Amino acid sequence: MSRYAVLVVQPLVALGLAPGLVGFVRWLKARLQSRRGAPPWQPYFEIRKLFGKEAVVSHTASWIFRATPFVVFGTSVVVASLVPLILVPASPLVAGDVFAAVYLLLLGTFFLALAGLDTGSPFGGMGASREMTVVALTEPTVALSIVALALSAGSTNFSQIVARTIAEPAAALGPGHLLAFIALFVVTLAETGRLPVDNPSTHLELTMIHEAMVLEYSGPYLALIEWGSALKLLVFLALAANLFIPWGLAFALAPGALAIGLASAIVKLGALAATIAVLETRVAKLRLFRVPELLSASFVLALLAVMSTFLVR
Amino acid sequence: MAFGTVALLVMAAGYTLGAVLSLVARSDRAARVLTAVGAVVGGAGGLAAAVSVLATRVSVDAVLPTVVSAAGGIVIRLDPLGAFFLALITAVSLPAAVYGTTYMAEYDGRCSLRVFGLMFNAFLLGMSVVPCAANIFTFVMAWELMAVSSYFLVMTESEHSETRQAGLWYAAMTHLGLVLLLPMFFLIAAGHEATAFVDLRAYGATLTAGTRTAVFLLALTAFGSKAGIVPLHVWLPRAHPAAPSHVSALMSGVMIKLGIYGLIRVLFDLLGGGPAWWGGVLLAVGSVSALLGVLYALVEHDLKRLLAYHSVENIGIILIGLGAGSLLHSVGLRALAVIGWTGALFHTLNHACFKGLLFLGAGSVKQQTHTGNMEELGGLITRMPQTALYFLVGSAAIAALPPLNGFASEWLVFQSLLAGAHISRPEIAAGFPIAVGMLALTSGLAAACFVKAFGISFLAMPRSDHAAQARECHWSMRAMMLVLAGGCVVLGLAAPWVARGMSRIIDGVPGLSAGEPIPPSSSLWLTVPNSSAQVSPLLLAVLLGAITVAVLGAIHAGGLRVRRADTWGCGRISQTPRMEYTASAFAEPLRRVFAEVYQPTQDLSINMHPESRYFIQSITYTSHVVPWFEQVFYDPVIRTARGLAAQTRRLQAGSLHLYLLYVVAALVAALACAWWFQ
Repeated sequence: MSRYAVLVVQPLVALGLAPGLVGFVRWLKARLQSRRGAPPWQPYFEIRKLFGKEAVVSHTASWIFRATPFVVFGTSVVVASLVPLILVPASPLVAGDVFAAVYLLLLGTFFLALAGLDTGSPFGGMGASREMTVVALTEPTVALSIVALALSAGSTNFSQIVARTIAEPAAALGPGHLLAFIALFVVTLAETGRLPVDNPSTHLELTMIHEAMVLEYSGPYLALIEWGSALKLLVFLALAANLFIPWGLAFALAPGALAIGLASAIVKLGALAATIAVLETRVAKLRLFRVPELLSASFVLALLAVMSTFLVR
Repeated sequence: MAFGTVALLVMAAGYTLGAVLSLVARSDRAARVLTAVGAVVGGAGGLAAAVSVLATRVSVDAVLPTVVSAAGGIVIRLDPLGAFFLALITAVSLPAAVYGTTYMAEYDGRCSLRVFGLMFNAFLLGMSVVPCAANIFTFVMAWELMAVSSYFLVMTESEHSETRQAGLWYAAMTHLGLVLLLPMFFLIAAGHEATAFVDLRAYGATLTAGTRTAVFLLALTAFGSKAGIVPLHVWLPRAHPAAPSHVSALMSGVMIKLGIYGLIRVLFDLLGGGPAWWGGVLLAVGSVSALLGVLYALVEHDLKRLLAYHSVENIGIILIGLGAGSLLHSVGLRALAVIGWTGALFHTLNHACFKGLLFLGAGSVKQQTHTGNMEELGGLITRMPQTALYFLVGSAAIAALPPLNGFASEWLVFQSLLAGAHISRPEIAAGFPIAVGMLALTSGLAAACFVKAFGISFLAMPRSDHAAQARECHWSMRAMMLVLAGGCVVLGLAAPWVARGMSRIIDGVPGLSAGEPIPPSSSLWLTVPNSSAQVSPLLLAVLLGAITVAVLGAIHAGGLRVRRADTWGCGRISQTPRMEYTASAFAEPLRRVFAEVYQPTQDLSINMHPESRYFIQSITYTSHVVPWFEQVFYDPVIRTARGLAAQTRRLQAGSLHLYLLYVVAALVAALACAWWFQ
């Protein structure tokens, strides 16, 4: 029974933590920039308020526009049930592996880009075009980081990767792992629309990517998209944290282990979120056509990670 | 007589009758109906034969030794591998034939639908016989019937110069394949009397390494020109848009797969597999084809030409699976090799399904709007809602999005590439991660490309009057698209079950067999031997559905208020289609990123006011992407051929005396030869 609980427990915890994570990054960024900033729990209020408001839908929009928030939210929640967050998903019912997680997130992005085009607004089209460019260029890095991890674990199954790293910590500190971690972190910044690839707090059309796509959304639809995006950030950070530093994850559904799992997850996510906040205060946004250089650099890192795994085995 | 034999006879009779009856039909309308009736009867027979072979795993034999007995007669043997390809052919040709009945209505009176019916059924007959053929004569005859009849189908609208050019390219490339096919068979059967595949299998084992290499290279070029691997793919983006859409669906969805069939049959069945470098070549050719195919699709704004380039991409993915399986097999990892081959066969089936669907969808759009240019489309989702839905399913499937079928087969191909880690020789193993990177980039770009294809063509506002006046197409056409869209969904959800069937087929081919019993797998999970990787598309779909329903219910319970308003536009007064993003603009960032590959030519002319250069009267911008390797490979060949042709033309002086002289010279030469050889 406990093995199936992961399917329910993890998405709920992830849903609960995700807005707080975004709020924490915003709050820390404000502090680093000598502003007071909104409290970290501000996103919870925003989501609640958005759910109570009316939604405005463009005359030109079709059912794609109204279906997209559900697809984006749904895929993020399903992915949250697959990845190791506080528990290692050892259940035989876990529906997929790393590839499934990546392609589910791609499904969400696919629909989000279609919704951007659906309203006929030039902003939406621009955002969709840029987002698909960035996503397409991140795919090889994501896949190769997965290969680097799977090579040492012998499988793309999450629980197998985590179990292997805990069993052989020496391998986890090897150069291959470290390079793959850096590559995945760069990809996380690109996929979740953070600086230096995209700026989550801009509303200037020249620089927008993600925000331009979702510009037409309002009310409950916007709430679902915002929540889904926050969940995506959490999932990527959880992947970066727990696939490379899995210590603290719960292996059983015991209250003690779960508490440790939750606490360690919060600490790890907090550390990565703080890194993002510091990074976003320190670096400027890249021009769109400089982004491929950053992404190809991360691809090279991932390739080196794989090759070094070949060398050291 | 056995059931399978009867079904094959029904197939041959159906296609033949369809060809003959439509030729003598009284009206264009009758010709269209008779074409479809013949094709449906023939297709049903073929499907029944294929299914019975797949279900019972007993091959069907039929021999007609008296027909052209000097060449060995007609020998038919439908084994499970052939039955798989026959099932694939008929599964797409049945909906395509019915679709064509109403689709071809716009050609009534414009071109001869009687000849079209003859060629259409001949094409289906040729394609269906190829996987059944069991000697060289039958195989080559069916192959040539398929090639020649499809040439006439491409030339349906021969009044357009583009179509004639496409036909020329197609005829040249397809006959290049035939020219190489004959020496390939000759090399295998050299010095022997019998030409049945059973005998060739025995000869294959005795060939020297050099001969095997030559056969491999000839097979790769001959079948590759049919399958459309880079750089032999040049005819695809020309011929597919020129042909009527249901013919494109058959050519792209099915005919090019027979190139894959030929490769498997010759390399892995007749020759029984080869050294590691064969797999390496297949893997490299596949990776390059996949990546270049999708890159050129991205900058293509004609819906059907875009789909044609995606065929190149998908053939590449199939070859990656074949190559990975072949490499793993050659180093002894036989159970893992089956994963790669299963992925390749599964992707072959999936591509037939979604590419057939997408071409039929593009055909409906073209029928209604009379254009395939995406820059003139838009807003079709409100005018053709069902076509739009089916096209969306096809787009999501080809972009490998879960839980549809493209995801399942790409997952298997990815897993076979990951299995490369088990290879102990680093120089072989190092190729696998690079292929992973290229395949991942390909699938990311494919997603971007289909956001463009669907988003620009179907969403937002119509960009031209043609698109604004579009109506939903005829119900029979929609029903056929529904069948194929349903196929995409079912093949995705039932992927573990289908994959198990594929691995059984693979087990029956000598060069592909794992040599050990296939480990039992559950019907819910796609799994990999010796690994805990697993995925269940069905479970993913159920989870997604449950969450969506729950959230939808919660939001509607809370009272969702929706207000319709204009799209926000920075205070502009009204929204026009000119404000929308175009297909060119959508692809522009990626075109700039890959400018080194595209090498686009740009032409910008700014017309300034004569008084001041700060007042601009008009700006004209044109940009073209001409594939550079077409120029590198084909321009010299075409130039040489033209030069030779010009030299040969001197013979044609138009003078009767000269021709008489030729006759006398030829006679003397013949007599001299006869005397010499005596």
